[in-house]
Amino acid sequence: MTPVSEAPMTPVGEAATAPVLSVRDLRVRFGDREAVGGVSFDLEPGRALGVVGESGSGKSSLALALSRLHTGADVTGEVRVDGTDVLAASDAELRRLRGGRIAMVFQDPLSSLDPYLRVGDQIAEVYRVHTGATRRAAAAKAVEVLDRVGIPDASRRARAHPHEFSGGMVQRALIAMALALEPRVLVADEPTTALDVTVQARLLTLLDELREETGMALLLVSHDFGVVAETADDILVMRAGKTVEHGPVETVLRTPSAAYTRELLEAVPRLDTPRPAVVTSRTPPPEQADSPQESLLRISGLRREFRLGPPLRRRVVPAVDGVSLEVAPGEVLGVVGESGSGKTTLARLIVRLLAPSAGTIEFAGRDVTRLPARELRPLRRDLQMVFQDPLASLNPRRTVGDSIADPLRVLGEPDAERRARDLMDRVGLDPDRYGAYPHEFSGGQRQRVGIARALAPDPRLLVCDEPVTSLDVSTQAQILALLAELRAERDLALLFVSHDLAVVRQVSDRVAVMRAGRVVTLGDVDTVYDQPEDPYTRALLAAVPKLAALTPAT
Amino acid sequence: MTLFDSELAAGADPVLAPGEEPVPAAGTDPVPSRRGGAWRRLRADRSALAALVLVGLLVLVALAAPLLTALEGQDATTFHSQLLDSARGGVPHGAFGGIGADHWLGVEPGTGRDVFARIVYGARVSLGVALAATALELVVGIAIGLAAGLGGPRVDAVAGRVIEIAIAFPSLLLALALLAIVPQSVPRPVLVALAITAVNWGNVARVTRAQAMSLRTRDYVDAARLAGVGPVRIALREILPGLTTPLMVLAALKVPSNIVSEAGLSFLGAGVRPPTPSWGQMLSTSTTWFQTDPAYVIVPGGLLLVTLLAFSLFADGVRRALDPRSTRV
Repeated sequence: MTPVSEAPMTPVGEAATAPVLSVRDLRVRFGDREAVGGVSFDLEPGRALGVVGESGSGKSSLALALSRLHTGADVTGEVRVDGTDVLAASDAELRRLRGGRIAMVFQDPLSSLDPYLRVGDQIAEVYRVHTGATRRAAAAKAVEVLDRVGIPDASRRARAHPHEFSGGMVQRALIAMALALEPRVLVADEPTTALDVTVQARLLTLLDELREETGMALLLVSHDFGVVAETADDILVMRAGKTVEHGPVETVLRTPSAAYTRELLEAVPRLDTPRPAVVTSRTPPPEQADSPQESLLRISGLRREFRLGPPLRRRVVPAVDGVSLEVAPGEVLGVVGESGSGKTTLARLIVRLLAPSAGTIEFAGRDVTRLPARELRPLRRDLQMVFQDPLASLNPRRTVGDSIADPLRVLGEPDAERRARDLMDRVGLDPDRYGAYPHEFSGGQRQRVGIARALAPDPRLLVCDEPVTSLDVSTQAQILALLAELRAERDLALLFVSHDLAVVRQVSDRVAVMRAGRVVTLGDVDTVYDQPEDPYTRALLAAVPKLAALTPAT
Repeated sequence: MTLFDSELAAGADPVLAPGEEPVPAAGTDPVPSRRGGAWRRLRADRSALAALVLVGLLVLVALAAPLLTALEGQDATTFHSQLLDSARGGVPHGAFGGIGADHWLGVEPGTGRDVFARIVYGARVSLGVALAATALELVVGIAIGLAAGLGGPRVDAVAGRVIEIAIAFPSLLLALALLAIVPQSVPRPVLVALAITAVNWGNVARVTRAQAMSLRTRDYVDAARLAGVGPVRIALREILPGLTTPLMVLAALKVPSNIVSEAGLSFLGAGVRPPTPSWGQMLSTSTTWFQTDPAYVIVPGGLLLVTLLAFSLFADGVRRALDPRSTRV
């Protein structure tokens, strides 16, 4: 684990050099809708510009327009890459330009590679198309760049297919593909969003190194202020297609001039500051929570295995491997871990969407481990779940009101619709939208629907599986505030699963860190974050991009 | 630049990402959850609309059969031997099978029955059998498919195999065998509809099963389970609505194939019995006459062709309307 260096303080190149990427009054229109409304900036060789904004702010549209990758959009303004006017270029010029002088790396690494072709061949193909190199030379080049981006045993891995790579390796391979042609500008659209923090830290270091070494300019699009703060020299904040603020990273983060930037920065959960007072104010004192006989949920030695592979070579893989923990009434237990650590499996085991292979689950003093489905139903009343993807967890063909009223109807509530409307009101939704469908809501509103549905039976424990992961920072802050309020109001215990260490710190009383199906650390949240004893926990915390170093303490 | 092209094809459409504001979703609605949208798209589809008008017209003709024959002044069963040229083996007098003011589409060779009357009454049998069989196939197929898809591995082991057998069986032979052994007292069109259902429900069940299996892993189904909703209610409230699109498309495609099945069975003599007319049966009798009286082949055959075309075009339109993404370039 390489700890990430602090954000580069000075430009790598000389300030006097001509910009390699120059954008003037760029506008992208889709029919009536303007996705990008007049953005201008310059990017010099070796520099990095971070473009931040919430979803829908037009940052990805901007990134695509730089290589004229839009189809069906009206792009006007001026984009000059290394002196060539991109928007006026002929198709042949454009093909030479793309990849050759301006390359792109996308968010979802796996869908950017053809699953049927070997990784090395895909890199070699791009190289050959542009340079006319021989097959042999191109293959050698592919191995060389794969080695350069830190793929171990590159000559062997070049013959592997994309599915044999991990997410971080695929993203490295895509960067390698972009590098093969030595582009002057690399446009990276949320390159690390799909990756774990430790992998993200290594990739950001790699991008820094490459920039320094080759003098390539980097345009980094991200919703994550931390990532941008660590990587970029300049920052451009976008909102609704317009530039809100543009300046050096330090200036923008320390003394933001625009109110919107300040709002965004305030909404970012901090890893190194204790929970805000609002959340802690009405939580039960920890002494009370510690008395064991009062625990609401107690699991011990919980284990769940999955069988993988073809019948004759079937392997048993434990996703959750002997986890024991307790949740007291009204307590928030955070569960953090990287992808594949078993935290989602644990959440689904607790609500009995999955049956455990071994171990016990006690809820309110009752062993519920092996209850058959029919006897589980009364239990569902006390034990509810909020899902990660609010859109996927709502039936697209049913109205949100019906979805919220369902648990009430099952319980025989006579006036389910009225109660559902009350719940909508409580979570901050307009009760008159009872008859609306999920796609008519924004992401944050959908998650409010999901929370209202989970609250409907008046549960005592709410298992939240990455409830804010798919949301923007400001929306995320609102949802977290809502959860905190509800919890104080209803004496609700939460099991809060997230990969985001900062979010978990903000909401939890105690925290469990998971790795490879086991809990490696379990303790009071401030102790775990401020004095981590376990080396893995330390590494995990060190990998999170820090924003606070640059911003004034609030 | 395969890399970039494939990325675009993967649908990385950045402008569709909604902000925190409520999304009115005017042209960007990715989920055709409201019938209104699908209906609007269907109406904008010219070929589907033309097909719908034609289908409507055919149904109307079938329903108004007694009215139409009264208008013509003929019926479907009366023999008119005086109109036949016995010297030529019973071919009707006059051009094109005896088309004229009295007999709008001529008369049947050999018997002299009015072709127009037989066509419109035959439409009742052909369309009625096809529609009834389609409806029955949907009911049986959805029930068995849902049971297989949602009932767990043991139910699926049985129901899934039954579905496979039903699909693998040579359907025409099975239908012929079924029609040969059933009692003759039951009305023949009902039997034909049942026989077609018996051999064709398999692919409805297969589509339902596969779709249900993929839908049951969705988070919203888990959410319903967590809400304490029972299995039957989950199947009907959460899963079934998600099946409407593929099943409506399948049903629209099934109607023309069932018309052909009925025609085929009647052509082979296992379908409806004379004197009840059906298009397939008319085609069957026409085989002995097609050299001497081609008009008698052309009328039912052409009508069958037009009907199939109309239903198929309509089915295609339904598919496009329900799945707007399939037409997006």
